[in-house]
Amino acid sequence: MADFVQQILNGFALGLAYALVAVGYSLVFGILRLINFSHGSVYAFGAHAAFFMVGLHFGPVPAIIAAMLITGVLGVVIDRTALAPLRKKKSVSIAALVTTLGISSIIQNMLVVIFGSQRKPFPDFFNFGTLELGGVRLGSRQLVMVTVSLALLLLLLMVVNKTKVGLAMRATAQNQKAAALMGINVNNIITLTFLMGGASAAIAGGMVGGYYQIVYPSMGFMIGLKAFAASVLGGIGSLPGALVGGLLVGVIESLAALFFGSNYRDATAFIILIAVLIFRPAGLFGKKEVVKV
Amino acid sequence: MLKISGLNAFYDNVHALKSVDLEIKQGEIVSLIGSNGAGKTTTLSCICGLVAARSGSITYRDKDITNSPTHKIISGGIGLAPEGREVFPGLTVEENLRLGAYARRDPGGLADAYSRVYDLFPRLKERTAQAAGTLSGGEQQMLAIGRALMSGPELLLLDEPSLGLAPNLVLMIFELIREINKQGVTILLVEQNANLALYTSNRTYVLETGHVVISGESRDLLKDEGIKKAYLGQ
Repeated sequence: MADFVQQILNGFALGLAYALVAVGYSLVFGILRLINFSHGSVYAFGAHAAFFMVGLHFGPVPAIIAAMLITGVLGVVIDRTALAPLRKKKSVSIAALVTTLGISSIIQNMLVVIFGSQRKPFPDFFNFGTLELGGVRLGSRQLVMVTVSLALLLLLLMVVNKTKVGLAMRATAQNQKAAALMGINVNNIITLTFLMGGASAAIAGGMVGGYYQIVYPSMGFMIGLKAFAASVLGGIGSLPGALVGGLLVGVIESLAALFFGSNYRDATAFIILIAVLIFRPAGLFGKKEVVKV
Repeated sequence: MLKISGLNAFYDNVHALKSVDLEIKQGEIVSLIGSNGAGKTTTLSCICGLVAARSGSITYRDKDITNSPTHKIISGGIGLAPEGREVFPGLTVEENLRLGAYARRDPGGLADAYSRVYDLFPRLKERTAQAAGTLSGGEQQMLAIGRALMSGPELLLLDEPSLGLAPNLVLMIFELIREINKQGVTILLVEQNANLALYTSNRTYVLETGHVVISGESRDLLKDEGIKKAYLGQ
């Protein structure tokens, strides 16, 4: 029983990190109808940026904030240099998709060139001790991860649902042409979207780096795919969906590791992905898109 | 107020507007009529920067706005209620209107804009919290016009406001268009219903396959034999 509760707790903490990454997929998909497959590498970049800042003897909080900014800017640079020109040419959507795969590879290899491909130890910042209750251990690392992720996800939801710029984002997601006719600078909204996606990936990267105390260039590959599965499960394009999807993937994979052995952990997200695509392609919170001809 | 001269526009290789000249003076209602594919909507799209002009110029209040970004043209004082309404279906009526005033910077202007629109369209006030996608066609048209008015435009472009509406609703919408004009808004009206357009407007331009073929005072055009035959079914 204690094991069971323990795994749910672990899954919850990890799931929130997935949710932070999944939000990046959902934000971009909501506005551009594009699955940004460079997002996993952006997450790895964020973790390395935090690692680099920590190396400069910033404290953990300033390091992660700096990493957020740098990674947010990276997101914007990706859009402006690689994706915006494709939109301008009105190229087919598959071109943008393949481009994001290429960018992913560029970022990852850039990290190898700068930091080397080996695993690097990330300082154990968030370890202030462990709380033990009836055999269930609640580490301060998990606590930090849960608190920070939840706070950021709620902040993001508030920005999107309660502010003027959030309203502009929702309008742009529904109809770009009509949004422009409202006087909204659609390019700025797209830029903001990439900024927010990059920043939240960096926080997730910094925190997961701190959680496992390790960073390496290909660390974004698996979590990127899992977060993608999470956002599809929640309904891609929906922010509450990304949150719930991330949590579900995190908890289910932890339970799968408990019941079927840890070899099954990584497979779980993809089993979920396949099941969602078969039984409920729009996801939990997604709406079926009506294609008008 | 608005002057278009020698405007040419293309969709890929299709020459949609061929050297179009058009002028609107302050306070007028000008209508633009013609059959499907004549270039009416394209003209409005060019004014708003949604379709690129390949050559020619569009000036608004002596300022060249040819191929300016759409959001700048809108915040410069032009509003468009587009063809097919294009309201944001998943947002509420109030959110749609709020977006219409997105470019407004004047304090207090927002409250005035809401009350003006709700006075013109009391129906919208009853449905502020309803998702725009669940409104009837007529209500969506009211929302599209109301939304375009929220920015306080001096020039309002209306694209096919009668499209798909029941006849009594069409008359009501056109009455409101005259009312909006009386409030001091200059109007460019694109309309397939030539009769209605000619009766509502001061001047009319007739487009045929991208050319302006006839233009003049609407009441003169109502008597024109060619117009009667081609557009009024008489």
